[in-house]
Order: sequence, then structure tokens, then C-alpha cells
Amino acid sequence: MSKKFTKDHEWVQVDGDVATVGVTDFAQSQLGDVVFVELPEAGRVLEQGKEAAVVESVKAASDVYAPVSGTVVEANQALVDDPSMVNSAAETDGWFFRIQLKDASELDGLMDESAYKAFVEESH
Amino acid sequence: MTEAATALKTTPLHALHVELGARMVPFAGYDMPVQYPLGILKEHQHTREKAGLFDVSHMGQVRLTGDDPAAALETLVPGDIKGLAQGRMRYTLFLNEQGGILDDLMVTNAGDHLFLVVNAACKEQDVAHLREKLAGKAEVELLDDLALMALQGPMAAEVMARFVPEAATMKFMSYLSATFKGVPVILTRSGYTGEDGYEISCDKADGEMIARALLAESEVEAIGLGARDSLRLEAGLCLYGHDIDTTTTPVEGALEWTLPKRRRAEGGFPGYDIIHRQLTEGATRRRVGIQPEGRQPAREHTEIQDANGTRIGEITSGGFGPTAGAPVAMGYVDIANSAVGTPLTLMVRGKPLPARVAATPFVPQRYYRG
Repeated sequence: MSKKFTKDHEWVQVDGDVATVGVTDFAQSQLGDVVFVELPEAGRVLEQGKEAAVVESVKAASDVYAPVSGTVVEANQALVDDPSMVNSAAETDGWFFRIQLKDASELDGLMDESAYKAFVEESH
Repeated sequence: MTEAATALKTTPLHALHVELGARMVPFAGYDMPVQYPLGILKEHQHTREKAGLFDVSHMGQVRLTGDDPAAALETLVPGDIKGLAQGRMRYTLFLNEQGGILDDLMVTNAGDHLFLVVNAACKEQDVAHLREKLAGKAEVELLDDLALMALQGPMAAEVMARFVPEAATMKFMSYLSATFKGVPVILTRSGYTGEDGYEISCDKADGEMIARALLAESEVEAIGLGARDSLRLEAGLCLYGHDIDTTTTPVEGALEWTLPKRRRAEGGFPGYDIIHRQLTEGATRRRVGIQPEGRQPAREHTEIQDANGTRIGEITSGGFGPTAGAPVAMGYVDIANSAVGTPLTLMVRGKPLPARVAATPFVPQRYYRG
């Protein structure tokens, strides 16, 4: 399945009933050099639109929100060890966490890639 | 562009910043470059390793003339201005009657006048303050037809010597009137990054030519306000309005080194009684360096607790130090917890983060003392 996007600049890619979540390339370009990430531990229950992770750049701290509800199955330890991967590989190796979907219909409310692109261009 | 942005003032280098691809932000009423395409982290590292060029034209440049401008200025600041030799400069503070800090500034003895550099956000009030308090004793002129740049970093001297050979032997905190590619400049061997370097004052019409000439040198990159902030924080230098302000005295701000022996004994500056008492009896709080454990930065206004969970102060500047390779901060704590090594707890986003009082600077200063 192709990626879906939120207005808060997270992306989510679903494989079966597990979704991989990260921040978009646009988000990382706005954040600047990332120096720290705090990721949710496995087992934590997340609610769509609520705080899930923290990303800190040299400039500021930002919240990352859960694009969908569910239970965290894995956090990206490589990202904790090297937060600059958010900048170098935001939408690939720089993923934040994987989550077991609670309600796949939540995905319907997210944007596809072309809608997200238009959203970014319109709002910036 | 928003309406607010169109009302902002610009520096003589504004078009150059835009051409270089800077991200512009409002700062102290000016539209200023916070970073260039290189990014804050690399701009910071480049300045520590080679040389960075900063536009600081938003800062106030002030000329003070009169029969004895040094004696006049000493009535407003606690520094030794009368003892400042010609061609030398020093850091001092405008104080209020409570000993609070109205602004921090650089003062240079330029022979027939004193040359002051003050903060952008304070310059109008500083000039009004000077004119009111020194009426009849000194003439105060805000030099708003000038540009000001800083060239900072270990290769700054080598680069500057290609244009101004005599700059190479200038000592830290000294002043030189010189010619740069045929135009007059005032150089001071100073800056606010902890590195060797210069500030370059020139006519605003010459600013862009000088900036382009310096940027054309292979060692030099344009550096924005973002890296300027992380560089000065690692160097342990205060940012006015954050680390020091009208509610902090020089003693609380750990700036006793700006209070020379003669002025401590004689007084004659605003807030002397309070400052003298704090020097004798001690203050109740103190600005300290703070080293958070781990990698998470603790930002301005983060609450500081002692080992028992009691609130003892807050962070006034905090972020990630690219050269330190770790988060760095400064803030105020009660005097009982101000010794280097004292364990602290920082409440970062509602969670306790262990930290310690640390010596500053976080990275060694590398000024040229000749």
C-alpha cells in the first residue's frame, strides 16, 4: 500500500495490520538538524492525533503525533542512536515506530501523496 | 510575506542574504537570516573549524564625544572606562538603580571618541538613556549609516590578513582604523562565538562589497543567527534578555569580572549599594552552566529542581552544542546549589532529566592574545 500523510507532517505506510510511522521530508527540512528523538516503547497504546514521540532539532522541540490509533510494536533504535537519520532518510530508514492498527478505517481520513503535496504548497 | 514581515527593518546585507538562500526570520525588529542552506549544525561547525561571516548590522553602533566621555560613561556602567587605553575595548553593562542590567555592550576607546556596540533590541532605549543621563556631559550619536559584520573562527586572521595585513597582529579586544579594498573600515579583534576573529564596521554602502569579498575566500561561509546562538552558548556568553536582564545583577549573573577593583571601591554607578552588598555578603542566586545527562536538550524556561525536588530556578538558554557534542545550558539556581558538579533535576516536558552544574565555557575559548 502507498504512503498516507497527515496535516502534522507524519507519514504512515501500512503492511498488513502494522503501520510504519515517520515524519515527512518536508517536516525534516523545516525542523533543521535533528539532535534527539524520544520514541514510544513497545506496548504503549497510542491514540490518533495524540502525542507519540518527540523530535528535537538544534532549533526547537516538536511533538510527533500518532497518525492512527493502535499499539506500538517496535521503535527504531537506530534512530535513537543516530537522530540525524531524520534529516538524511526521513521517509525511509529514518522511520520512528511501528504500530499495530486498531481501526484501519482511520487511514481513510489521511491524505495520499498528491493531496499532501498540494497541502504543503498551499500552506507554505 | 506576511504584513508583519513587511514592517520589519532590513540591514544593508539583506539582498545578499536572500540571494544566498537564507531562511529569514524577524529578530529585534529586523528581517534576519536564521540559517543558510548549509544549516545551523554545519554553520556552527564551520565557524569552529574555519571561518564564518555574520551580519550583525542590526546592532547599535554609538559614538560618544565630549570633554571626558569616559568619566561620563562611568556614571552609567561599572566597568573601568577611564583606564581604557586608546585602541582598546572592553565589555561592560548599563545598570539601573537596583543593579539590574539594562543592556550589555562593548566600549572602545577610539581616541577622540568612545565607540559603543549595543544590542539591537535595546539600542533605541540605550541611546535615550545615554542622552538623558549624560545631557551636558557628552554628545550621543547613533550611527545608523553603518554596517557591522563579524568574521569568526580559527582561520579568520589568515583571511583578514589578505585584505588588511596589519589586522594579523591586533590583540584580542583591540581596535584598528584601516582600509579594506580601498574603503575605510573599523576593525576590532572581538566577537561573540568564543573564537578568534574580528568585527568589521563600515559604511552601509560598502557592506555588501566587503561581505562578498570575504565570502569569496574558500575558508568563509555565511552564518546565521541560529549558529550564532549555539556558538555563544557553548562559549558561556550571555544573551541579553535571556541570561541577563533588568532583574539580574552582575553578581547574580556571575559577571563579577566586569566589576574592577577601583569601581568596587569607589562606586559611582547605578545600583552600587546593592552590588557592593552582594559582593560582600553574597547573592541568593547565581547564573551557572548546566550539563544535562544524555542527549536531550533542555530549553529556555525549563524548571530546575534540587535533589529533593524543590524548584530552585530555571534555564535561561539551552540547546544542543554541536562542538560539545551534547546538550548545553545555562540558568539561575539558588546559591546553595551553584557549585560545579552539584546534581540537578531538569523538568523537561514534564519528565525529570538529570543534570549537573558545569563549568563554562563548554568549549575552550580561543582568543588571540598576541
